[in-house]
Amino acid sequence: MTRVLEISGLTKGFTLHHLNNQIAAFDDISFTLDAGEFVLLKGANGAGKSTLLRTLYRSYVPQSGSITFQSSHGAIDLARAADVDIAHLRRTEIGFVTQFLLARPRVSAEAIVAEPLRLAGVPQDDALEQARQALAIFGVKQDLWRAYPTTFSGGEQQKVNLARALIVPQKLLLLDEPTASLDANARAALVNRLTELKAAGTAMIGVFHHPGDVEKLIDRVIDLTPDMIAQEERTDVAV
Amino acid sequence: MTLTLDAPRIVQTRALLQVSNVSKTYGPVKALQNVSAHAYPGEVLGIVGESGSGKSTLLRMMNLEETPDQGSYTLDLPDVQGNLFDLDRFARRMLCATRIGIVYQNPHLGLLMKHSSSGNVAERLLVAGERSFAVLRQKATEALDASEFPLERLDAPPAELSGGMQQRVQLAKAIALEPALLLLDEPTTGLDVSVQALVLDTLKRLQQDRKITMVIVSHDLGVIRTLADRVMVMRRGEVVETGLADQIFQDPQHAYTQQLVHAKL
Repeated sequence: MTRVLEISGLTKGFTLHHLNNQIAAFDDISFTLDAGEFVLLKGANGAGKSTLLRTLYRSYVPQSGSITFQSSHGAIDLARAADVDIAHLRRTEIGFVTQFLLARPRVSAEAIVAEPLRLAGVPQDDALEQARQALAIFGVKQDLWRAYPTTFSGGEQQKVNLARALIVPQKLLLLDEPTASLDANARAALVNRLTELKAAGTAMIGVFHHPGDVEKLIDRVIDLTPDMIAQEERTDVAV
Repeated sequence: MTLTLDAPRIVQTRALLQVSNVSKTYGPVKALQNVSAHAYPGEVLGIVGESGSGKSTLLRMMNLEETPDQGSYTLDLPDVQGNLFDLDRFARRMLCATRIGIVYQNPHLGLLMKHSSSGNVAERLLVAGERSFAVLRQKATEALDASEFPLERLDAPPAELSGGMQQRVQLAKAIALEPALLLLDEPTTGLDVSVQALVLDTLKRLQQDRKITMVIVSHDLGVIRTLADRVMVMRRGEVVETGLADQIFQDPQHAYTQQLVHAKL
């Protein structure tokens, strides 16, 4: 298996200056991830699951440790990489799927979904066509494709968000509760798309409120509950 | 303790804009103290900070309207060399007319309010040497169209237009010559929320389609979050923190940045 990620001694806490206080999130985490592998993060609320995903994406700045990512340009430590390199990797190799859509005023659903393709150089018409297909797959009604998602319901926004986040295949995909507020059909569409991406070699780390949704995809489980940071093989794990 | 960042390894291009160790004093006021900033080609750098933080002074320096007491400014363009603060007045004017566009918060600073909107844009092309009336008219119309200005109002003077339309004329003027660098000083402040959304959308589209490098100054964190790739936080003439936009908003490190982000409605 080709190694995609090697995390070593990763530690994250938050300094709240106005309280003159430090809050620990997780301490000294180490694990690896290979191409096509799917790791489920589990742990109680506050165990640091989402914090870990955001630290890997560098929305959060780690305090110590390393995150070695095998990019198409060679190995790079995401904990220390320059902002401009991180921005480049986010456009090309590392995706982050949350349950929230960052909708922009006056931008249609199909334009939002097509945007990552356009930024990757796909011509406008082709990008829009692929975007419409993705919206259809996730069950967004055709009447809404040209509407502005700022006024959509939470579930519809989430479908637009998934269509956008998964439209360009990535080397590494970070999934932060992407099935929350989705109906059964959209959940099935999501699992299908993740299965396709996994088969194509995308490595994934995810947090799922209902891990049963992705049970068939899980290769390994990492429990972030303090004092229980352990890696478990898929076969005997109750998810 | 937070990890320090390495120099870029993947992105091999040099920064388009590089301001280094700039300081400026007005009487007893230290407006800028040893400020450095950079922006890569196609990148949007947002600058935030309270009033008097020095962010607008820095932007005016990037537009060569001000000269610092010390420091340097370079643009990585084929025909542009050396410290731009050393250029004489004529060379500065030519560089700003051809390679740098600016949109001011106050349209009176950027526009001739009683001249036609198309004439305002054409004036920028005239300064750059274009003399054919037909070409001037065509290029001005194209720039206004790209800024989503209603073309049936081409000949209306900005004085007769709404604030949002005046900003579009400024934007058209700024992009008429395909500048390498677009500077935006509070471009949506004072506009209605709906008009603000239209202007932001136009800016985002221009940035994505034309890959123009932008520096945007605003005290509106929502505007910065919508447009900026990277954010620089200033306070009392100094840079307190720089980072990816989502990192600055989700995990601010400096006490002042935390205060600023937590104060956002």
